[in-house]
Amino acid sequence: MSTSTTPAPPSGTQDPPPTGKAPRRTRPAARSGWRRALRRDWQLYSLAVLPLLFFLVFRYLPMIGNVIAFRRFEPGGSILGEEWVGLRYVRMFLTDPTFWQVFRNTLWLGGLTLLFCFPVPIVLALLLNEVRRRALKRFVQSVSYLPHFLSIVIVAGITLQMLATDGPVNHILSRLGHDPIRFIQEPEWFRTIYVGSEIWQTAGWGTILYLAALTTIDEDLYEAARIDGASRWRQIWHVTLPGIRPTMITLLILNIGTFMAVGFEKILLLYNPLTYPTADVISTYLYRTGVESNSFSYAAAIGLFEAVIGLVLITSANQLSRRSVGTSLW
Amino acid sequence: MVSVDRPTRGYRVFQGVNGVILTLVVVVTLYPFVNIVARSFSGERQIRAGEVTLWPKGFNLTTYKIVFQDSMFWRNYGNTVFYTVVSTAVAMVLTTCYAYVLSKKQLKGRGILVGVAVFTMFFSGGLIPNYVLITSLGLKNSVWAIALPNAISVFNLLVMKAFFESLPSDLEEAAQIDGLSTYGILLRIVLPLSKAVVATMVLFYSVSFWNSWFSAFLYLDRSELMPVTVYLRNLISGATTGGNAGAADAQLSQVGANIQAVTMVLTSLPILGVYPFVQRYFVSGVMLGAVKG
Repeated sequence: MSTSTTPAPPSGTQDPPPTGKAPRRTRPAARSGWRRALRRDWQLYSLAVLPLLFFLVFRYLPMIGNVIAFRRFEPGGSILGEEWVGLRYVRMFLTDPTFWQVFRNTLWLGGLTLLFCFPVPIVLALLLNEVRRRALKRFVQSVSYLPHFLSIVIVAGITLQMLATDGPVNHILSRLGHDPIRFIQEPEWFRTIYVGSEIWQTAGWGTILYLAALTTIDEDLYEAARIDGASRWRQIWHVTLPGIRPTMITLLILNIGTFMAVGFEKILLLYNPLTYPTADVISTYLYRTGVESNSFSYAAAIGLFEAVIGLVLITSANQLSRRSVGTSLW
Repeated sequence: MVSVDRPTRGYRVFQGVNGVILTLVVVVTLYPFVNIVARSFSGERQIRAGEVTLWPKGFNLTTYKIVFQDSMFWRNYGNTVFYTVVSTAVAMVLTTCYAYVLSKKQLKGRGILVGVAVFTMFFSGGLIPNYVLITSLGLKNSVWAIALPNAISVFNLLVMKAFFESLPSDLEEAAQIDGLSTYGILLRIVLPLSKAVVATMVLFYSVSFWNSWFSAFLYLDRSELMPVTVYLRNLISGATTGGNAGAADAQLSQVGANIQAVTMVLTSLPILGVYPFVQRYFVSGVMLGAVKG
């Protein structure tokens, strides 16, 4: 029967999620355990073959493919490169002034996104939670989820049209006696535009998990707080916020994890050479150097740097929150 | 539910302010949509003069006619449908199989199998190695460049796994005693019980494939292969670079604004059409995923 289905061990040393399995047995016993499991469950394992092949080829192979950051690569040659060149490409980007500029831009945009896009859904969820008319609440929710379902191309298109020199925003400005602003071409406006459109797109959808957490808070806690004479504000502070704290922390960790990968696709759609000084981030820079200018190894080195920082960020955020508040992803 | 006794004056003021804020949220969210729809029916002179707000000015269907006559638009629209159908089908088969395997708690090596998937949520190979891989596999300029690399979304996988785990196991056990194979159990017992989650997953995947543009932009070279999102992207980027230059180009970019509006409306039409009906599936799917994710 099909015996080629021993699951491939993942590369790297992640902790698999807790499975509540019995402690590890000794080697020979474990081997015969595998044999028995395969004989009994081979049909189940066979269902996992194609998905595992998918993960292997399209997820883990590219991870290994990152070795081209340290190897000379020729388009059309081996995907793992031709020969070792050591840290040549790493040194190259560390001395590249453009790299440091896009690095700073990434930190700026990532930081601003975290600062604004993380709290807005919490506030919105708290406000929605105070609405007593159910139909009204549902209507506001439905409307605010809508941007989440649109293609990012449409979101970018709408943003650009609203902010065009003859778009609605500039029309309001001219009514107020202000000269039109070339929002799309001015570097100093890019961060505001990016964060604004990000909030527009994600705020409503982001409330879902908070609203779900809010419904799980025990009504008795509010009752007790009222008996103790707590005002609405104090109830929010002492009952509501602690109630949604685990959700907040989980989402915060996830947000920190994607900090470096700031909306690559959206920036690609919104920026132009005039706004590069503030808009160009690591991912867009490596896209241009790699795919458009064919410097694959150089771009891969930058990409690897970004991915490693991302992994370090999420691991340390997770560790920190496990130590300090006892909530963690794994 | 909440204090039946006197809402304080402060709280009543808060309720008023809250109403104003939420109304503002609704207006700010909806205005751009309404404006784009209004633009798509308006004359270009009125758009340029900024007269179009919530209602078409200089109502006409000329722009729709122009777009409808563009054979490339239809071609790209058809591509979007085709890519969405193929990619969703591939994704559903792979995701269902793996989610079912992962839902078997007693399966040996299950922890490793879950780990293989979950690890990819936190670390990915990155753009360049992926690009090199797809190119050297010879997948460029085919539907597989879009369908295969995105075949399993780990989030969707976990949602489906959570659902399968919540199914009662006695039915499956009974079927097993009756001599049904694992495949038979999955096809004839589990899937018929899982219509809701299967529908949700089909929606998740098809909306995300319908909306996607970057894989196509990256891996397809010829414009007749592009999905409509890339068609739209090219209109937009043409307009923004055109806007950099003087008055002559401003006119060009404005014609674009007209056509852009129509293309945006037509591209999002299927999504907006199903949105009122499917929204709650998405919400419940997200919550199901969050519990276990």
